[in-house]
Amino acid sequence: MTASDDTKLSNAQIAWRAAQDIADGAYVNLGIGFPEMVARYQPAGREVIYHTENGILDFGQEPPAGEEDWDLINAGKKAVTLKPGSAFFHHADSFAMVRGGHLDVAILGAYQVAQNGDLANWSVGAKGVPAVGGAMDLVHGAKRVAVITEHVTKSGEPKLLDRCTLPLTGVGCVTRVYTSLAVVDIEGGRFVLREKLPTITLEKLQSLTGAELVIAGPVADLIVPEL
Amino acid sequence: MDKTIATPAEAVADIGDNATVMIGGFGGSGAPIELIHALIDRFVKTGSPRNLTVVNNNAGNGHVGLAAMIEVGMVGKLICSFPRSADPRVFTQKYLAGDIALELVPQGTLAERIRAGGAGIPAFYTPTSYGTELANGKPTAEFDGRPYVQERWLKADFALVKAHLGDRLGNLTYNKAARNFGPLMCTAARHAIVQVSQLVPPGTIDPEHVVTPGIFVSRVVEVTNPAQEELLNRAGATYP
Repeated sequence: MTASDDTKLSNAQIAWRAAQDIADGAYVNLGIGFPEMVARYQPAGREVIYHTENGILDFGQEPPAGEEDWDLINAGKKAVTLKPGSAFFHHADSFAMVRGGHLDVAILGAYQVAQNGDLANWSVGAKGVPAVGGAMDLVHGAKRVAVITEHVTKSGEPKLLDRCTLPLTGVGCVTRVYTSLAVVDIEGGRFVLREKLPTITLEKLQSLTGAELVIAGPVADLIVPEL
Repeated sequence: MDKTIATPAEAVADIGDNATVMIGGFGGSGAPIELIHALIDRFVKTGSPRNLTVVNNNAGNGHVGLAAMIEVGMVGKLICSFPRSADPRVFTQKYLAGDIALELVPQGTLAERIRAGGAGIPAFYTPTSYGTELANGKPTAEFDGRPYVQERWLKADFALVKAHLGDRLGNLTYNKAARNFGPLMCTAARHAIVQVSQLVPPGTIDPEHVVTPGIFVSRVVEVTNPAQEELLNRAGATYP
């Protein structure tokens, strides 16, 4: 946590926490935008292979400016690099990897998550141009679907709810949520609190959450390095 | 057998009004800019082809390629998964004005619908979109205790695809992640029209390395040093 804000984790710190749970040897898809940050905090000594749905397995970080190859991009359309052992494939193979259950983990962003595991992360309603991309495929493909998110919206509304009010991306698909305040599992249609910032009381955390936080077993302190 | 065509203009000459055209590419990677621009040239000169249905992952970026097709008014409907990009203004304005129809399809479902179209599979079931508004009106069924949504095949009159190496028989390789939808679209279109960066004699591509076998390809046109959409947009290019 930074000295200037000890009340919640930064995005980098949320990403760091999520990265700690990715096992050696895992095949992982990171949603575009904020979730891409998780790759930066992969613990040393673990070999993790990242999948990008436009057709690359085992890609690396972005190249230096001026060395981009625009036929070598990730799903966020950012230039990436290859690693020894990379593979290219077409879109049907790529989504066979997704829908066929071959990915170990998908980490996605969220507008809202419900206690039954429903996720809303693609549409804020009728206004504007709708766009879905691969999110609806990813939530039904990976063995484990986790979400990283602020605990509340910019205006302070809960993002963890008893039920989603925005259009759904998938039903009953999320199993763990990493927020700026806590780590919460979704088990049996309930939010089970696993970790929380030591600086926040359980009462305060509950007041910022739109459904009951169940205590089932120990609740650890959410400790994250300054990043 | 010789599927080679001399110029992009000749390669796309018989694409008519109201045709369904699959266009390869994910964002700029794999976008067949020269084939698209040849089609725009004919539309600007003759007013045809108009009212096209275009299948692409995105909705164009900037003012070149697919975005330019939309901008000149030759696209009546777009079937895509993610109609946003760094600069999506052309599509956004047409869509919000009601001048272009949109069928939004999850990305993996889009790929599989095209694959099914090419493989003669009229429909299939996928867990994707179950319980969401994108499944509205579609049949559902349970298999082994899980719910699935029925999706239908997607076929086209033409596909415009960018490949790397090609021979006169239509055998193709692709360049890195520019492969994306190309191999699928070649199978699902009545006529797959492919621009290749280098035309090579048959036998040059190792049969072990052929990605798209020539049976799926109707026409091959060599475009050396093809334009890259991302670089055109960074240079502020517009077309025509």
